Amino acid sequence: MTKLEERKNKVVEDFSLYDEWLDRYEYLIELGKALEPFPEEKKTEDRLIKGCQSRVWLDADVRDGRLWFTADSDAIITKGIISLLISVYSGLTPEEIAGDDFAFIGEIGLRENLSPTRANGLVSMIETIKEISAEAVSRKLGSRLRSK
Amino acid sequence: MMKPLQLREQFPILDTKVYGKPLVYLDNAATSQRPKSVTEAFVKSCNSANSNLHRAVHKLAIDATDAYENTRRRVQEFLGAAHPEEIVFTSGATAAINLVAYSFGEAFVGEGDEIIVTEAEHHSNIVPWQLLCERKKATLKVLDVDDNGELQIGHLKELITHNTRLMAVTHISNVLGIENPVREIVEICHQSGVPVLVDGAQGAVHRRVNVRDLDCDFYVFSGHKLFAASGTGVLYGKRLLLDAMPPFMGGGEMIETVKFSGSTWAKLPGKFEAGTQNINATPTLVPALDLLEECLGDAELAENQESIKKYIYGFLENHPRITQYGRPADIERKVPLFSFKVEGAHHEDLALILDKMGIALRSGQMCAEPLMDRIGVTGLLRASFAPYNTMEEAEYFTKCLDKAIEMLI
Ligand SMILES: Cc1ncc(COP(=O)(O)O)c(C=O)c1O
Repeated sequence: MTKLEERKNKVVEDFSLYDEWLDRYEYLIELGKALEPFPEEKKTEDRLIKGCQSRVWLDADVRDGRLWFTADSDAIITKGIISLLISVYSGLTPEEIAGDDFAFIGEIGLRENLSPTRANGLVSMIETIKEISAEAVSRKLGSRLRSK
Repeated sequence: MMKPLQLREQFPILDTKVYGKPLVYLDNAATSQRPKSVTEAFVKSCNSANSNLHRAVHKLAIDATDAYENTRRRVQEFLGAAHPEEIVFTSGATAAINLVAYSFGEAFVGEGDEIIVTEAEHHSNIVPWQLLCERKKATLKVLDVDDNGELQIGHLKELITHNTRLMAVTHISNVLGIENPVREIVEICHQSGVPVLVDGAQGAVHRRVNVRDLDCDFYVFSGHKLFAASGTGVLYGKRLLLDAMPPFMGGGEMIETVKFSGSTWAKLPGKFEAGTQNINATPTLVPALDLLEECLGDAELAENQESIKKYIYGFLENHPRITQYGRPADIERKVPLFSFKVEGAHHEDLALILDKMGIALRSGQMCAEPLMDRIGVTGLLRASFAPYNTMEEAEYFTKCLDKAIEMLI
């Protein structure tokens, strides 16, 4: 099992402990509260994810060929969701992330319960993570071509 | 006399369970629910009087046209308009405002002219005027509100100049739930010869409207907010003005003659009703307005709404973590529509949690970003009540709100 699969399984397992959506929200709220502080100066327009009712900032660093995400939101459930996403994807290679189908979101029922029409922006968060990864992949390819 | 529980029987959707819990629908300002009489009218139109309007001589066409034109007369009566042709059907309040902004704009607005709106408008009563101003190189001016959400009527006279061409103002704000002194605004504007458009999207829901008493020049509302099918809407305009305005959209039925050398326009209201109209939904306005008038005139329902209003208003005022917006000096001018923020808890989080408790609320900017900026928030939470909401629902709401706040803090 890859690290990514392992992480996704763990999230699905954790979520399945709760039958009630209120309990799942409690869990997301805990995740949100536990998220590492995000520096105020990084809360810039270009790090803001468009399409969310609450404000969500996402930042990515590349270290050792891997992507490391940090994030914040002014709404705590949203913060829990982005925290959950980055706990799964942070520290992986851009190729691993870009190649993933993000289907585990469906398995935990998040997509149905937090649909894009309700403007909570889960889809926007996923799209942004995908975009950042795809960009990182093409930058790598670009630099490989150049170094030839 | 009708009890809310009797009224509820007419709204099948109110028996819905969401996530296993009884639905508590407090998003009525966004759209109301539909009574059986409205769905029946829609079905009846489809099943027994469906045909295109005004165009053919056959029986079905006559029946469909009659239903449509009878609806126009019902709306005329509802608004107290002088003539049926002063009632133009549109797809909603937004479409009606856009019609006026375009058509009145073409006739009467030019470079250097001014339009006045207020800080408490819905985007639908801001953006069409901005587009007009861009088109004509005119200026949009804004009448401000005070911290309680009251329009600063005292500032209106200073805003009006020789170049002011129109004032657009909401009857009741969809955020603040305050009835604005529209009569007074019309009077001030008319002293300077400035016509007034009143956005009645919320006003027509909560107040008996008489456009001749108000003396406003235009009044618009949406059917879907007062029990009718969505896609229905009304523009009332004084005949003199509507007559002087050019068509907004061109198409079938809005013409008198069409020649490549030039066409001429149909008389009112046809001039503004281009293309096939909303044949099946428009007649639902009749049972909708019947029921609305019944609700507004029913002592028991009115008393129920008053108790809910006082209860929720007091709850929000006295809550240590809550700030509410829309606090008129005279509570009589408040309708049961409440917007508020909770210290330390985001409106979106609260709405998500309350949703899981079965409560439908609105959260966010509520299509009034300038007002959010004025208040200094990114969004608010809004609970809006209809005559079918009960005191039990109101109490369940406050209990759940406290629970949700506890979860988040
Ligand atoms: C005050 C006000 N004006 C205008 C509108 C626009 O109405 P509609 O979207 O039905 O055209 C609304 C409803 O959202 C409203 O509350």
